[in-house]
Amino acid sequence: MGGLIKSSIARKVAMALSGLFLVFFLLQHLTINITSVFSPDIFNELSHFMGTNPIVQFALQPVLIFGVIFHFIMGFVLELKNRNARAVKYAKYSGGANSSWMSRNMILSGIVILAFLGLHFYDFWVPEIVHKYVEFTPEDPTRYYHEMLEKFVSPVRTGIYILSFVFLALHLWHGFASSFQSVGFNNKFAIGATKFAKAFAIVVPIGFVIVAIVSHLTHNH
Amino acid sequence: MNLTLKIWRQKDAKSQGKIIDYPISGVEGDMSFLEMLDVLNEELIIKGEEPVVFDHDCREGICGACSLQINGEPHGPDRLVTTCQLHMRKFNDGDTIFIEPFRAKAFPVVKDLMVDRSAFDRIQHAGGYISVNTSGNTIDANAIPVNKGDADDAFAAATCIGCGACVAACKNASAMLFTSAKVSQYALLPQGQVEATDRVLAMVNQMDEEGFGNCTNTGACEIECPKGISLENIARMNREYLKASVKG
Amino acid sequence: MSILDSKIPEGPLADKWTKHKNTINLVNPANKRNIDIIVVGTGLAGGSAAATLAELGYNVKTFCYQDSPRRAHSIAAQGGINAAKNYQGDGDSNYRLFYDTVKGGDYRSREANVYRLAEVSANIIDQCVAQGVPFAREYGGLLDNRSFGGVLVSRTFYAKGQTGQQLLLGAYSAMNRQINRGKIQAFNRHEMLDLVKVDGKARGIIARDLVTGEIERHSAHAVVLATGGYGNVFFLSTNAMGSNVMAAWRAHRRGAFFANPCYTQIHPTCIPVSGEHQSKLTLMSESLRNDGRIWVPKRIEDAEAIRAGKLKPTQLSEEERDYYLERRYPAFGNLVPRDVASRAAKERCDAGFGVNKTGEAVYLDFAAAIQRYGKEKALTSGIHNPSKEQLLELGEKVIEDKYGNLFQMYEKIVDQNPYKTPMMIYPAVHYTMGGLWVDYNLQTTVPGCYAAGEANFSDHGANRLGASALMQGLADGYFVLPYTIGDYLSHDIRTGEIPIDTPEFDQAEKEVKERIEKLMSGGGEHSVDYYHKKLGKIMWNKCGMSRNAKELQEAIDEISALRADFWKNVKVPGAADSMNPELEKAGRVADFLELGELFAKDALDRNESCGGHFREESVEQDGEQKGEALRDDKNFKYVSAWEYKGEPKDAVLHKEDLVFENIELKTRSYK
Repeated sequence: MGGLIKSSIARKVAMALSGLFLVFFLLQHLTINITSVFSPDIFNELSHFMGTNPIVQFALQPVLIFGVIFHFIMGFVLELKNRNARAVKYAKYSGGANSSWMSRNMILSGIVILAFLGLHFYDFWVPEIVHKYVEFTPEDPTRYYHEMLEKFVSPVRTGIYILSFVFLALHLWHGFASSFQSVGFNNKFAIGATKFAKAFAIVVPIGFVIVAIVSHLTHNH
Repeated sequence: MNLTLKIWRQKDAKSQGKIIDYPISGVEGDMSFLEMLDVLNEELIIKGEEPVVFDHDCREGICGACSLQINGEPHGPDRLVTTCQLHMRKFNDGDTIFIEPFRAKAFPVVKDLMVDRSAFDRIQHAGGYISVNTSGNTIDANAIPVNKGDADDAFAAATCIGCGACVAACKNASAMLFTSAKVSQYALLPQGQVEATDRVLAMVNQMDEEGFGNCTNTGACEIECPKGISLENIARMNREYLKASVKG
Repeated sequence: MSILDSKIPEGPLADKWTKHKNTINLVNPANKRNIDIIVVGTGLAGGSAAATLAELGYNVKTFCYQDSPRRAHSIAAQGGINAAKNYQGDGDSNYRLFYDTVKGGDYRSREANVYRLAEVSANIIDQCVAQGVPFAREYGGLLDNRSFGGVLVSRTFYAKGQTGQQLLLGAYSAMNRQINRGKIQAFNRHEMLDLVKVDGKARGIIARDLVTGEIERHSAHAVVLATGGYGNVFFLSTNAMGSNVMAAWRAHRRGAFFANPCYTQIHPTCIPVSGEHQSKLTLMSESLRNDGRIWVPKRIEDAEAIRAGKLKPTQLSEEERDYYLERRYPAFGNLVPRDVASRAAKERCDAGFGVNKTGEAVYLDFAAAIQRYGKEKALTSGIHNPSKEQLLELGEKVIEDKYGNLFQMYEKIVDQNPYKTPMMIYPAVHYTMGGLWVDYNLQTTVPGCYAAGEANFSDHGANRLGASALMQGLADGYFVLPYTIGDYLSHDIRTGEIPIDTPEFDQAEKEVKERIEKLMSGGGEHSVDYYHKKLGKIMWNKCGMSRNAKELQEAIDEISALRADFWKNVKVPGAADSMNPELEKAGRVADFLELGELFAKDALDRNESCGGHFREESVEQDGEQKGEALRDDKNFKYVSAWEYKGEPKDAVLHKEDLVFENIELKTRSYK
C-alpha cells in the first residue's frame, strides 16, 4: 500500500483523509452507543438497522474495514520510513521541549488502539458475523442491548476498554487537529477547527467511557 | 563557570564515532557557545590533540552554517537564535552539556560535529528558482504590484537560512519546513506562478529521494527554527502539491 | 606614463558603457559551449556572475569554501541596495547616484566605473524582482524605499534588515537553475590555493577539497575572483570567520596588482568587544543612528564610575552628558558619515570617556526618540494628557516596530534591555574598499584573471556609502563582467580545452603542496589564532581608525617579525590529507601576515587623509574645519597599485592618476 502512494505529501494526505473518515465513524459509533445509556429500545433499534441494512453491511462496512486497515498499514509504513530517516539516534533528545507527547507517540497510541480493536472485534464483531452469516441464527431485534451488557460484566474488560479510550483520546488529540494541516487547511478558520478537534478528542472518548461504565454498573446492579 | 561537555567525536564519514567527555573551566556568560568551543579547541591544540570540528562562519545568525544539537535541541535551549548567538549565560555552573551533530540519514557526518547538508542544495537545484535570464531588459520592477500581505509572507518564508534545525528537531528527520519555505516564497509571488506546478512536484520529489522522513505535524521544527519559519508554509506546500498533482 | 592601462572608453561619460558594449567582441553561442570559466567565491558578485555566464552558455565551475554558495558573507548585509530608480520622484538620477558615490568615496574612485555602476543599478532591481526577491512593499503593492546615510534622496531598496540575504538567495537561485541544467559545476567546501598561469594568462587554479584534503587542478579559459574583502586581517571584524584574502593574494603573487590596500571602512555602530575570547563583531544597522543619540559622560569621573559599575547611565542628567557628535558637527549631528562617526568615538574613548568595562564603547541612546514618538503616537491616537508610563509604552512600541529585530539581537548578545538603558556601541572593521586592481573591464593585471565585487578596488574610492556594496557586487556579476569577459574570450574560441597535465600546473601544485607541508611542520608553540589575534592587535592599534607615520613603520616591522615567527612556530594539528580547519586557517593567516604589511606600507605612502584613511599628519590647521581630515588632491589623487616583488616591503608602487572631468573636487564638510 505504501508502494501505491509514493510521495511523502500524498501519503501524509492519505493518512489525514483516512483518519478523518475514521473520526467520522467514531462519531457515528458513539451516537448509537450513547443511546444505550438513555434508552435500550432506541439502542436496539439503531443496532438492528446497522446490523441488517444491506448498504451498511455490504457497502459501508467493507469501506470502513478498508479505511482501518489502510490507516494502520500506512501508519506503520511511515513509521518505518521515519525511523530509517535517522539511522544514528541522538544520545540526548529533548523532544518534550518542542513538541507534545501525543504528537511524538502516535505509533504507540495507534498500536494500543489496534490491540483494542482486536479485542473489540473478538467481543462484538466476530460473534455478530458468526451469528448472522455462519450460523444464520434467527433475527431477534431486541438482543443487542443485553449482549452489550454481558460484555461489560467483567471489571477487567471494562477497565481495558476505558484504558483504550484514554489512548484513543491521546491519538485523536494530535491526529484529528493535525489532519487539517496535512490537507493544507491552515488559515484564520483553522484555529477554530483545531479547537473543535481538541474538544472532540476529549468528548468522544469520554462518551465511550461513560457507555462502558454505565453498562458495567447497570448489569451488576 | 565550570562545565562538562559531552561531545560527539568522529574521524570521518566512514568511521564510528562516540561521545567523549571534556571538562572546561573559566567559561564566561558573555561568551557565545562557539566561543566557548574556541576556548576548548585552543586547549586541545596546545595539548597536541585535534580540535573539535564544527561548521560556523558568519557568527551573527544569518549564514546558516552553524548547527549543533545542544542538550537534545538544535541550536540549544534558547529560542529564535542560532548556536553562534546562543550565549553561555543560558547555562549554569556545573552543567553537563551534550553536543551532537544534527542527525539525519540525509545529513551524513563529515567530521565530529560537521554534517553534509548538500541534500538541501539538491532540493533547491530541483526547482528553487524562477527561470529568468539576466538580460537587463526584464520588465520594470514596479510593473506588477504585489499585495503587501503576500509580499510580507513571501519575505517571512524567504528568511530561512537553510541551517537544518528543522530536520534535526523533527523526530522523523523531515525536511518539509525547509522545502515548504522555498515553495511558499514563490507560491506567494506573481513571478513564481508560471512554474508553480513543476516546482512543487520537482522539489518534493527530490526531498523524498534524499531520504528525509515524513512530516507528522509535531510542530517541533517551527519551535526550534532560529528564524521562526511558520508551519503555515507546510500547509501551503501541501495545498500546492495537491493542486499540482491534479493538474499535472 | 604608468604601465597601468585602465582602458576607459572614449566619449562622454553617459555614453561610455553603451558604446563600449556595442563595440567589444562577442563570442557566438556555439563557441561559448567550448569555453570554460572558473568563478571563485559565490557571494553576490561571484554567484551572479556564475549564473549569468552559464546562462550565456559558458561552462562554469564555481568554488567556495562554505558548504553551500548560499552561505557567502554577502548574506549578512542588512540595510539595503541603492538604485537610481527615482520611484519616489525626489529627483534621483544616474548622475546623482554617480555623484554621491564619487563624493562619498572622497574622490578616490574612477569616474567611468562609478557612472556605469549607477547606470546599471536600476536593472539590478528589475532583475531581482523578476527572480522573486521579496523586497519591502508599500500598501499599494509597489516597492518601498528608504534613505540612507549621507544622501539627499530615498533610493535604497530593502527587505527588512536582511537585504543581503534576500539578494544572495536570489543569485543562488539563479545559480541553482544553471546547476540543474548542468551548466554550472559547483565545488563547495573547496578553497583556491593558487592561480595557474600559462603563457602569461590565467588558465586555472589549484584548489583543495576541504573534506578530503585532496589537492586538485582545475583549468579554464578565464578565472574570475569574487572572494570578498580582507577585513579579517584585523582578526576582529564584522566579516565571517572564514572570510580571507587567499585567492586575491595568490593572484597578487602571480602578478595581479593590489590596489589601495589601506582603504578600510570602520563602521561606527557595532556591538563592543566583551572580552579576550571575542571571535567576531556584530554590526548593528546604521539606520539606528536616525533615532539614537550618541553620547559619553561629560566628566571623566562619571565615566570611571560607570566602568566600575558604580553608576548607571540613566542616572546622569542631560547636563552631565556629552553628545559629542551633535556638539562637533551641528549640521549633521549623529548622521555624519561612517568614518567621521567612528573617529569621533575613538577620540572620546582614547581620552578616557569609554563606558564599558574595556573602556571602548559609547552610548547610543533612544530615550529621546522614545519620548518623541510616544508624544506623536499619543497625539495621533487621540490620547489626551497621557501618563509618563503611557508615553513610554507608546514610544517603545514605535521603536520596536522600526528596529525590533536589532534590539532583540542586541539583548541576546549583551544581555541588557536597550529600551530601558542606552545601547553600547563601538566602531569595527566592516568593509575593505581596496582590492585587486582592475581595468574598466574588471580585468586584473594578469590577462584572463578578473576580479568582481569587494575583491576589486574599483568603485568606492576611499570610503563606501551605505547600501552600495550590494549594488556593486550584483552590477559586476550580472551586468558588467558577462559582457567584458566575452571580449577577452573571443580570442580563445580556437584554443580548445586547457590541459592540466602541463609543467605550469605541475609547478603550481608542487608549490602549493610544499607550502602545506611547511605549515604542517611548524615548530609547534602557538596556535594559528594566537598569531591571528596578534596581527589583529597590531593592525587595529597602528593601522586602524587613525594612523601616523611612526606607528605605521612600527606596524611594518612588527608584522614582518610576527610573520617570521609564525612560519617557525605555528602549530597545526591533524593531517593535511583530511578535513582540517586549523590548516585552512593557517593558510589564510599566512597570507594576512603578508597583506597586513603591504596594508601598512600603503597607508604610510598615502600621507593624506581621505575617506576611511585618516593620517594624523594631514589635518586642517585652522578655520572652521580645524582638526578635521585634510585631503591632498595635489599629491595623492591616484590609485596605488602594488606589484608583488617577493617580500611585501619590496612591493613596487604604480600610480593610476584619477581624472575628474565631470565632477568638481570639493572638501567634505559636516559642520
